[in-house]
Amino acid sequence: MTTSAQTVRAPARARTAAAGATVRRKQGFQHGGWFVAPFLALFALFVIWPLLRGLYLSLTDANISGDAAHFIGLDNYREALNDPLMWDSLGHSAYFTLLVVPCITVLAFLLAMLAHHIERAKWLWRLCFFAPFLLPSTVTGNLWQWLFNPGTGMVNHVFGIETPWLTDKSYAMLAVVICTLWWTVGFSFLLYLAALQGIPAHLYEAAKLDGANAWHRMVHITLPMLRNITGLVVALQILASLQVFDQAVVMMDFGPGPEDSTRTFVQYTLEQGFTSYRVGYASAISIIFFVIIAAVALARMWLLRNREEGGR
Amino acid sequence: MTTAAPVHVKPRKAWTPSQIILTLLGAAVSAVFLAPLAWALFTSLKSETEAVEVPPHWLPKVWTGQAWKAIFENGNITNWFVNSLVVSVCVTTVVLFVSALAGYGFARTEFRGKGALMGLVMTGLMVSPAVLGVPLFTTVQQMGMVDTYWGMILPQCAPAAMVYILYKFFQGIPRELEEAAFIDGAGRWRVFFTIVLPLSRPSLAAVGIFTFIASWNNFLWPYMVTNNPDLMTMPNGIATVMNSYGIQWAQLMAGGLMAGLPLIIVFVFFQRQIVAGVAHTGLAGQ
Repeated sequence: MTTSAQTVRAPARARTAAAGATVRRKQGFQHGGWFVAPFLALFALFVIWPLLRGLYLSLTDANISGDAAHFIGLDNYREALNDPLMWDSLGHSAYFTLLVVPCITVLAFLLAMLAHHIERAKWLWRLCFFAPFLLPSTVTGNLWQWLFNPGTGMVNHVFGIETPWLTDKSYAMLAVVICTLWWTVGFSFLLYLAALQGIPAHLYEAAKLDGANAWHRMVHITLPMLRNITGLVVALQILASLQVFDQAVVMMDFGPGPEDSTRTFVQYTLEQGFTSYRVGYASAISIIFFVIIAAVALARMWLLRNREEGGR
Repeated sequence: MTTAAPVHVKPRKAWTPSQIILTLLGAAVSAVFLAPLAWALFTSLKSETEAVEVPPHWLPKVWTGQAWKAIFENGNITNWFVNSLVVSVCVTTVVLFVSALAGYGFARTEFRGKGALMGLVMTGLMVSPAVLGVPLFTTVQQMGMVDTYWGMILPQCAPAAMVYILYKFFQGIPRELEEAAFIDGAGRWRVFFTIVLPLSRPSLAAVGIFTFIASWNNFLWPYMVTNNPDLMTMPNGIATVMNSYGIQWAQLMAGGLMAGLPLIIVFVFFQRQIVAGVAHTGLAGQ
């Protein structure tokens, strides 16, 4: 009796247990809203709301003191497009980006190759090349302002030159670029180094067996294998460089540089918002800036997708 | 007799000519990278008058701790240091918590509007205080958080990039692990905290390290939202207060080193993790 009862009941129990398991398994992944809620709350308050608010403010003549703002349609945008100072500052940021991005990419690659191929004290090279990245931007700005200082500065002294780095408009942005290279190349360097370490060694061994020399191995293995990471480094650098502000403004004593030559786009929006109190206008140019940044980011995504589709 | 067993011990890195050249090159480049830091250190150990002597010289003729003593005695620097620490620790904790939850939520769970919300988060990748500073400031002003810790901390706590990085990581964890736990009757939160989180330690470390560095060094947002010197963080205090009346270079360099050295020292000890972390957060963007 007992045995037959067990044999009858066991499959039924197993069946319900199995059904319960699938239900539980599915339920486990349901209703995940609570997981994302804390982030979304912060995100809505400090990213989405300011974005919408910026859009709204850009259509008004709001000022910083919170006086009643009037709706003025697209006037701010019309003014911005005819504002030579906005175009100048956009030009300065673009010029900075144009100088920094290729330099940093090449330099980071060369430093990574160097650190990758030296067999001894690898930690030391990593430390030396990366350490500047750990300094705050303002400290870096002050340090290079001090290094570029005429008379008391080390740069001119070491090279025996008398370049007016910080006071001549043809050198000022260049000084900011040099400071930025020293400061941030370490980040891209680490990305390249990680990518180099990820290239399978057997590729090189096979190439060696086939008689490829070091140059061929670099051109036909290393460089193609680094294509993705180069795309990433360039994209990240473009986005970061367009937003340049800290080091430039500190090196120029919080001013726009000689003959306004280092006034960046971010600086111009802040001047409009906090110095001229024109919150509406500052919002309008911020939105224009957002559109530019978004366009760059979307262009990269589009390029990536095209390449993936073309490659396979 | 050449029947010696095949040598398994790699010959310890020989000094081949190419290695000698590369090492010398590495040393030279490192010297260039370290020179500005050395210059800052030596300047901070000179007297203010010696610091501005023309022509400049590397080593102090008279070594003195005057500048270091002065910044501790006269300035707000210990305040700023504590503020930096409070802000960075809070930001890192909150970011780790909310972005781990959100990354998991987006990667693994189902809920209404998930696709649209994920799209929104991707939009967030393009927003920063540099891009939307003025509207962000007016928002924070409306909330009455100007010149407060909250005002400094909270706006740094919604980094879409970190959610995205963890989202990609969680997608890579095999689903079966969680399913097995569900079948055993474990609740969703238990699965998340006892199975998923321990597996993600390296990714969480990467996000945490990166967030801490970014927050410790953040200048623009604290600069916009604080005017009160007692509330400033290191980068902000040094840039605005120490630069405001006649720069004293030895003191400025001492202050700068004090802001920069903690991270550099931490880096020396946790190099492996930090390198992996930076590479990981960067590479996840691919």
